Amino acid sequence: MSETAMLDLDIQIRRRDFSLQARFQAEGGLTALFGRSGAGKTSVVECLAGLLRPESGHIRIGGLALFDHAAGIDLAPERRRVGYVFQNGRLFPHLRVLGNLQYGLKRTPAAERRLGIDDVVGMLGIEALLDRYPATLSGGEKQRVAIGRALLTSPNLLLMDEPLAALDADRKAEILPFIERLRDHAGIPIVYVSHAVDEVIRLADTMVVLSDGRTVAAGEVEDLMSRLDLRPFTGRFEAGAVLNVWVIGHDETYGLTELGFGAGSIWAPAVDLARGTPLRLRIRARDVSLSLTPPTGTATLNVLPGTIVDIEGAAQGGGPHVDVLVNVGAPLIARITRRAVDSLGLRPGQQVYAAIKTSAIDRPSLGLGRNRRPVADS
Amino acid sequence: MTALEIEALRLSLQVAFWAVAASLPLAIAIAWVLARLEFPGKSVVDGIVHLPLILPPVVIGYLLLAGFGRHGVIGAPLHDWFGITVAFTWKGAAIAAAVMAFPLMVRAIRLSLEAIDKGLEDAARTLGASPGDVFLTLTLPLASPGILAAAILGFARSLGEFGATITFVSNIPGETRTLPLALYTLTQQPDGDAGAVRLVVISIIIALAALLASEALARRIKRRLGA
Repeated sequence: MSETAMLDLDIQIRRRDFSLQARFQAEGGLTALFGRSGAGKTSVVECLAGLLRPESGHIRIGGLALFDHAAGIDLAPERRRVGYVFQNGRLFPHLRVLGNLQYGLKRTPAAERRLGIDDVVGMLGIEALLDRYPATLSGGEKQRVAIGRALLTSPNLLLMDEPLAALDADRKAEILPFIERLRDHAGIPIVYVSHAVDEVIRLADTMVVLSDGRTVAAGEVEDLMSRLDLRPFTGRFEAGAVLNVWVIGHDETYGLTELGFGAGSIWAPAVDLARGTPLRLRIRARDVSLSLTPPTGTATLNVLPGTIVDIEGAAQGGGPHVDVLVNVGAPLIARITRRAVDSLGLRPGQQVYAAIKTSAIDRPSLGLGRNRRPVADS
Repeated sequence: MTALEIEALRLSLQVAFWAVAASLPLAIAIAWVLARLEFPGKSVVDGIVHLPLILPPVVIGYLLLAGFGRHGVIGAPLHDWFGITVAFTWKGAAIAAAVMAFPLMVRAIRLSLEAIDKGLEDAARTLGASPGDVFLTLTLPLASPGILAAAILGFARSLGEFGATITFVSNIPGETRTLPLALYTLTQQPDGDAGAVRLVVISIIIALAALLASEALARRIKRRLGA
């Protein structure tokens, strides 16, 4: 990426009990900060907002410095024009919903306002809440109001620190579409903190992996997800590859949808989307099995031929499982037993067949893609 | 009520009102400093604020007399430059009451400030509010139950103030003879018992009224804060 990246961050903090060395660039869209709790995700976001001061480095948005140690620049939070949606909303308890929404709006110069109350209220569906006090709102309602409040400052960057972490699955499903809409239509770059891989896959364009206060990788979600070496930081249970696919067609009789990728296609339970719709598909490593010959007499619809690229952890002792990176025209990760690797004599370069259970592909593993695929002919 | 009782009551209310009104802003400022800032000598400031709570009131009264008297370090310029005399006037009684009530007020406000989620103030900053703006629009309203409690506490303490007052401004009818001092005076007289009982009843009624009023107000504020 260039010198004029939309978001350019390179900051350091070194204290006895706490150290942060974060460095990444991102172009617009949604950038996910991913890592375990305590990895420093929130610290990075607080530095962006101006609530935590780095000891050295710089933070620039669209070439404009918010912080530059060398140049002696450190804008106060109220002058950064960076919106912040906190994990628990942090609505002001003494103001009604309308008062909360207006708090930031009133403090934004009229010339800088790109969004009005009506736009935001309509987009978030919170018309009915305007007269209520925050204490009477549900978790999901609070988060929508918090998003609206931050948006009404017409920020140049929107920070979202695990905005869904405190919500149950239903409330998450209620908020996710709003975040997708924001990402796709509001044109505000978003930095999104999460430790949930399905959120990252569904929402993010760029992914930054943090561990122990350091950025260990930054890049496109698809690239990072298929890297076995990042596994210690992304969590083993969550292992899986991400494929960019598009809807090829539907099989009404059996309630299936065919999803195409560069070198083949995968059958998934029916999704109600038009042909050509780009999607991002996550396939968990534990849902993929390998065989040396094409399996016969199997119930599995999805069998993809490919080549082994890498086998993680086969040489060392440790757990009973290993992760195998297979190239099926796109990277795919399979979790199989160490014993299977030995008995089949698997090694890099070998031809294998990867089988994926259709039922393993559920809604949380699908994210809307962003026009990256050519629309398929019908 | 007799004329004397009405006069003592009026004076007490006047002294207590001004004691609280004049010292409340300072109490809020000191409470904020103690709640939010870390600086060398903080425990010394904390100690000085709490002195009236632990020293005998007579000592405070004497110190006030030394400081605010016609020849005191504060009293002299106050008189020479502004023509204000506080010693042996109701203003002095208000100062004595304020000093004695001050630690109680600071404590109550400090507790309510410390109970405010600092994250809310951070959120306000990211929404474009300067630190002063945050204080006025967020911190103060959220601390209002504590500030109200402090005012009521200070008012009640001021109504009851005796030792520092009688030492500093003496017991002058119509000027510094508040309810407790009037009560004291009556107990020193051979036939004062009946009058003393009446003053006791008046004191109890005022105290109860203040308590009930503050409870009602606190309930309303709490409802507004959604707690």
